[in-house]
Amino acid sequence: MGKIDKTQEEYQKLIKKHQPQGSPIRNFFAAYLVGGLICVFGQFVLNTLQGAGLSMADASAYNTIILLFIGGLLTGLGVYDEIAQFAGAGSIVPITGFANAIVSPAMEYRQDGYILGLGANIYSIAGPVLTYGMLTAFLIGVIKLLIF
Amino acid sequence: MYLYIMAFLVGGLICGLGQIFLDFTKYTPAHLLVIVVVIGSILTGLGLYEPLVEFAGAGVTVPVMNFGNILTQGVLVETKRGGFLGLFSGILEIGGTGVAAAILIGFIMAAIFRPKE
Repeated sequence: MGKIDKTQEEYQKLIKKHQPQGSPIRNFFAAYLVGGLICVFGQFVLNTLQGAGLSMADASAYNTIILLFIGGLLTGLGVYDEIAQFAGAGSIVPITGFANAIVSPAMEYRQDGYILGLGANIYSIAGPVLTYGMLTAFLIGVIKLLIF
Repeated sequence: MYLYIMAFLVGGLICGLGQIFLDFTKYTPAHLLVIVVVIGSILTGLGLYEPLVEFAGAGVTVPVMNFGNILTQGVLVETKRGGFLGLFSGILEIGGTGVAAAILIGFIMAAIFRPKE
């Protein structure tokens, strides 16, 4: 572990290492390309599953599970972080990025134990997403109940 | 073929806009995920998500935005059927699959692999 008394500049350099380099325009197109390709892959899986006779709903559910598995596996192998270096939001916004956001902290904090390390930190990013996803869905439900 | 192209164009665009958000604000990827999910919920509430899925297929079902969509869809379907209770029982009705899969797969991967130095 490094010392904490870094200068502002050193700290910025440290952060930069974990973010895509380059201009916002380059970052936009990198995110577009990789995110788009992940969606194309998802479409391919979806079509294949439906071609195998699954209903739309079942095919979507399996598609989600498959993409989560691939995202989680690539995170475990350390490949996903490499992709993220290049693609930024292109690897964060697709569902594979959600798997990454779950596996990454869980793996990192496993050294603090399975309960308070892995078990708690598996939700460190998924938790906020679930909380605000549920809250919004609930509020929209309330509005619909009141209006209709 | 059409759906593949639309999936690329629309899915890519959502990611590109997410990158702009990251580049021009001080917010983190966690903020981005939350905001994208909330936007998905709102689009469903406005009745816009279904047409988007028909238009762009996986371009809108692969981004996490879809998570907001299925949470809200569950609530809307269940409140229509069961009224008030549906506000609670509906939330994870469709989304439960994804949540369970994400946590279970996450546990297995995190238990097997070690972080790279």
